[in-house]
Amino acid sequence: MDMTSMSGVWIDTTRGSVTARAGTSLGTILDTIVPGGWFLPVTPGTRHVTVGGAIAADVHGKNHHRDGSFGQHLETLDLITGDGSPMTAKPATDIFDATVGGMGLTGIITKAAFRLIPIETSWMSVSTVKADDLDSVMLALVDADRWSRYSVAWVDLSPSVRGRGIVDAAEHATLAETSGKPRLREFTEAVVGPPRWMTRVVTDLSVRTFNQAWFSMAPRRETRKLHRLSSFFYPLDRVSNWNRLYGRNGFLQYQFVVPDGEEDTLREVARTLASSPTPVALAVLKRMGSSRGGMMSFPMPGWTLAVDMPLGDPELAATLDRCDRMVQAAGGRVYLAKDSRLRSDVAHDMYPRLKRWREVRARLDPEDRLRSNLSERLRLTS
Amino acid sequence: MSPRDAFGRPQQVLLLGGHSDIGLAIVRRMIDDGAHRVILAGRDPEREPRPELDAELDRRYFDAVDTSSHAKFFEAVFEDHPGIDLAIVAFGVLRDQPEVELDPAVAVEMAEVNFVGAASAVLHTAGYFRRRGGGDIVLLSSVAGETPRRSNFAYGASKSGIDFLTRGLASSLEGTDVHVMVVRPGFVRTAMTRGLEARPFAVSPETVARAVTDGLARRDRVVWVPSILRWVMAALRLLPSRLVNRLERS
Repeated sequence: MDMTSMSGVWIDTTRGSVTARAGTSLGTILDTIVPGGWFLPVTPGTRHVTVGGAIAADVHGKNHHRDGSFGQHLETLDLITGDGSPMTAKPATDIFDATVGGMGLTGIITKAAFRLIPIETSWMSVSTVKADDLDSVMLALVDADRWSRYSVAWVDLSPSVRGRGIVDAAEHATLAETSGKPRLREFTEAVVGPPRWMTRVVTDLSVRTFNQAWFSMAPRRETRKLHRLSSFFYPLDRVSNWNRLYGRNGFLQYQFVVPDGEEDTLREVARTLASSPTPVALAVLKRMGSSRGGMMSFPMPGWTLAVDMPLGDPELAATLDRCDRMVQAAGGRVYLAKDSRLRSDVAHDMYPRLKRWREVRARLDPEDRLRSNLSERLRLTS
Repeated sequence: MSPRDAFGRPQQVLLLGGHSDIGLAIVRRMIDDGAHRVILAGRDPEREPRPELDAELDRRYFDAVDTSSHAKFFEAVFEDHPGIDLAIVAFGVLRDQPEVELDPAVAVEMAEVNFVGAASAVLHTAGYFRRRGGGDIVLLSSVAGETPRRSNFAYGASKSGIDFLTRGLASSLEGTDVHVMVVRPGFVRTAMTRGLEARPFAVSPETVARAVTDGLARRDRVVWVPSILRWVMAALRLLPSRLVNRLERS
């Protein structure tokens, strides 16, 4: 359902909160709030998502270990339930908890109010360090989380490189750190991208070459630098239609989380993906903190790995099924917002509050009107 | 809208020709891959598939030859199972060629089942998928439809016809989310071919099933099983038919 025509933002600068129609993109909100010295409490890796989508998927960002997921910053949300009645839901109610992370299946979200965070500048102070294998990346992430609001690791899952990576830890830069630079500059940036006729350039060789170059370019010793908000949070938004790089078959995203203490599972899944014939074009590792998400929210305290892989090799299906089983056995789960291939029985096991969620949903949509490809494929509603 | 996944793996499968060995092998493989509902349609719906299928089963009476009943049949099936995302057209008859040469009615029967009945099934299904916005159709064709051979040209003619029609349909559906795939197996060791002498490149129903799932993942239009047959048949087409005839007899 396309809600982007239902767009609109109202800021309350005294309370530092914003009310937005569900179809408003986070980018539109940023254009409104950044010049006034405000930022989103949580943002995913693209600003093209809408507020409704951010709530339905209960998205998380590079600050999950500290600030939790999007839903936790909501003050209210408005929705039209499956039986057609409009209502307003407040945090810590059944309807709210079923809707946050509820993949849009409890009702059509129409509006939401959430708190913002103040920023002094539109710059990020980013400290970067590289690590030679997956264990060093993990250690660096744990370390980064202790003192940074934002942390994330780019991981190289090419075969035979042992999961080396680059770890970023970041804060919003203060005025003192950015003397001489424009303070709160306009947010929108020009985009360029591959043309429509682009053939597949994401191949085993190109991924290896890119990763080698990317890793080599990163500083050996820890280095602190200023980055624009957009280049830190939304690096891919600067390349329009970047998905065309994957060619005709397109690509697939796979993201899972395993709880703390299941580091061996993380290593094993990373090894499985790295040794699959399909190259891992992009891999991002992050720690998740404790947060009070909705009934169907993805986050849990632990490690989350997100990968992008080109489609085309049917064997990849079995490889990912194997990864699912490892994640499932470890008590982890796969992110439904990115899923395009999980088995329904596995999904049910990964989301233990599904039963409770279905009860609440059945009250809101008694005739089972709200369905999606995802809900049908994973048999979420019945 | 069709709930099949990124690898073209379906959740709900309609098997037309509910006792086809190849059809059941495909269905079994899909159940292993996560399909949870199977609709078996055939003339003997009570017959139990062995081994049993580990999925929610619905059995329907379906007579391929009685095309006047098809509209009603498909309407009911898609009404009861709106989430069907794959239909496999697997029914077919194969008669001994000597029978054909003696009795034209035998050739007519094959044409009625393999071409007329299958055409009706494929077109009804495509119509529903198109209205709904997506779905996969798999048609079991045969290499026998590639070049006329003494040993099976009547069977080959019926398969050639449905193969042609289905590929045309696939082209006409380009740009929609309805994907139509023609599968051309060589000699498959099944109940239908029992008693026949095995040919070169003979395969099992499981091999066909695997080729089908791989083809769906790649969204292929035509799948040969084994894949080398594509080149063997291309080479045969270039030879003079008399030479092919002589090769076949020797």
